[in-house]
Amino acid sequence: MNTKQRLIIYRIMPYLILAVIGICFLLPLLWVFVASIDSNAMQSLKVPSRITGANYVDVITNSVNQRAFIIGLIMSVGQAVIVVILALLAAYPLSRYQLKYKKSFMLTILFMTSLPITAVMVPVYQLFLSIKLYDNIIGVILFFVASSMPYGIWMLKNFMDAVPSDLEEAAWIDGASVLVGIRTVVAPLMVPGICTVAIFTFSGSWGNFFVPYILLQTPENFPASLKLYQFFGQYGMADYGKLAAFSVLYAIPSVVMYILSQQYMSKGFGLQGGMKG
Amino acid sequence: MSSVTVDVSYKKRKTYTWLYFLLPSIAIMLVFFIYPILLTFYYSFTNLALTGEAAKELKFIGFDNYIRMFEDPTVRISIWNTLIFLIGSAVIGQQVLGFLVALLMKHKNKMFRRVIGTIVLAGWVTPEIVCALCLYSFFGDDGTLNAIITFFGIPEVTWLYTVPMITIILANIWHGTAFSMLVFQAALDDVPSEIEEAAVVDGASKWQILTKIIIPYIKDTITTNMMLVTLQTLGVFGLIYAMTGGGPGTSTTTLPIFMYNQAFVNYQLGYGTAISLLLLLIGIILSLFYIRSMKE
Repeated sequence: MNTKQRLIIYRIMPYLILAVIGICFLLPLLWVFVASIDSNAMQSLKVPSRITGANYVDVITNSVNQRAFIIGLIMSVGQAVIVVILALLAAYPLSRYQLKYKKSFMLTILFMTSLPITAVMVPVYQLFLSIKLYDNIIGVILFFVASSMPYGIWMLKNFMDAVPSDLEEAAWIDGASVLVGIRTVVAPLMVPGICTVAIFTFSGSWGNFFVPYILLQTPENFPASLKLYQFFGQYGMADYGKLAAFSVLYAIPSVVMYILSQQYMSKGFGLQGGMKG
Repeated sequence: MSSVTVDVSYKKRKTYTWLYFLLPSIAIMLVFFIYPILLTFYYSFTNLALTGEAAKELKFIGFDNYIRMFEDPTVRISIWNTLIFLIGSAVIGQQVLGFLVALLMKHKNKMFRRVIGTIVLAGWVTPEIVCALCLYSFFGDDGTLNAIITFFGIPEVTWLYTVPMITIILANIWHGTAFSMLVFQAALDDVPSEIEEAAVVDGASKWQILTKIIIPYIKDTITTNMMLVTLQTLGVFGLIYAMTGGGPGTSTTTLPIFMYNQAFVNYQLGYGTAISLLLLLIGIILSLFYIRSMKE
């Protein structure tokens, strides 16, 4: 093998390896798209017998599915809105004031962001039974809010640190209260941060299966994630087309949210954000 | 803070407001997050159950649940399964594959990078139950993988029964690799190109550049990412539950699945909580390491 050949191999190899990895990642995903428009979908990826929109129409027009999607949206949007409002309020004193235990508080918050939620679900279930929040959509929202509060506070505090306090002081001189200052001056300057937190909390709960699975019982209360699982178990073997169509529809909000988040995450994806005072 | 007046103004406002501002967040976290964590410790020492005699009367039973755990062979199996799942899918799978993809993508054709990047990201963005369905159909008896291998004349394999652990590991790699890929892409962009160029001038091979320059340079990122990915994988439930249900037998029963089975299938909440405490403790230890790595 001469130098020229070796050079060509060095050039081509990475493309080849990446292409193979790409195909491995693509195949399972391709199936769900193709099956969803196939009039006779099977478990395996294949050329559709006949391309049809009937699977989607069936899923969308089914009132049970509509209900599940709406409940899922209420849960995720509700959670995102509450988290943003509460975290914004909490971030304010943490960003602006000299508080005695701020550093340890922020460390505790960071610590809580990484705990596995799965591990607390059994006690949460028992707690919800005793305070009558079991099988209640509001209860699920409250738990979702609590579990993503640490992330919200951590992010919004860091975003707020970057907002200069001069503008806010000007508003105070004009007679604005602290709350008005946050609403009219600080928050508008933190739109990227607020959107990032809202998008991530939304996607987190929209895609979550375990929490509603433990905390809900009545099928009428099930969000889309649970409905899909139920669908999977009951008719999965029989009707791959509809199952795939449901999956695609259910994945759309997550994909849209991800694309939106890209607009606000220009800073990239470094882990070295570190601690600031 | 530049002027004295501002200081006064902040201080004046501070005394009234900081508590009100923090109170709602702290309250909701205390009730629905911290209190359940404390309950985990408490319940794990009780006979809490959903049905039978124990359901009526909560009794403190000391270390009984823990003794039972040590004697239960399924616990050992699930710890072992959890370890294999963690190492296979998180530590090795997502980390190494994510790093490899990020490394190979560097300085490649832009269009090509975008296509591959999007495909890998799609698995990450997809909700876990959809991932489970996609991979279930891929590995299923009549699934895509069998269709491919029979095309090449290789006999079919019942992947989900013969090698269930491998299927869930690959599923989790499929779902999670993008995160590591993004992290490593950002880290690799930070490696100064001058150092690499200098090494090339000195006659270093590609392998030497990788092991002597790039990896030492992004060491901290590797540690932090390892911790985060492991923590995320530790709590994985839906993906495994929907694909294999922890079976066949106990072959894919990880700690979260075992915890669920004990608490909600066998109605032994106290025992289930003892298992979740084990999960929680592993999580706490890893989180502490994670915070330490962030503080530096």
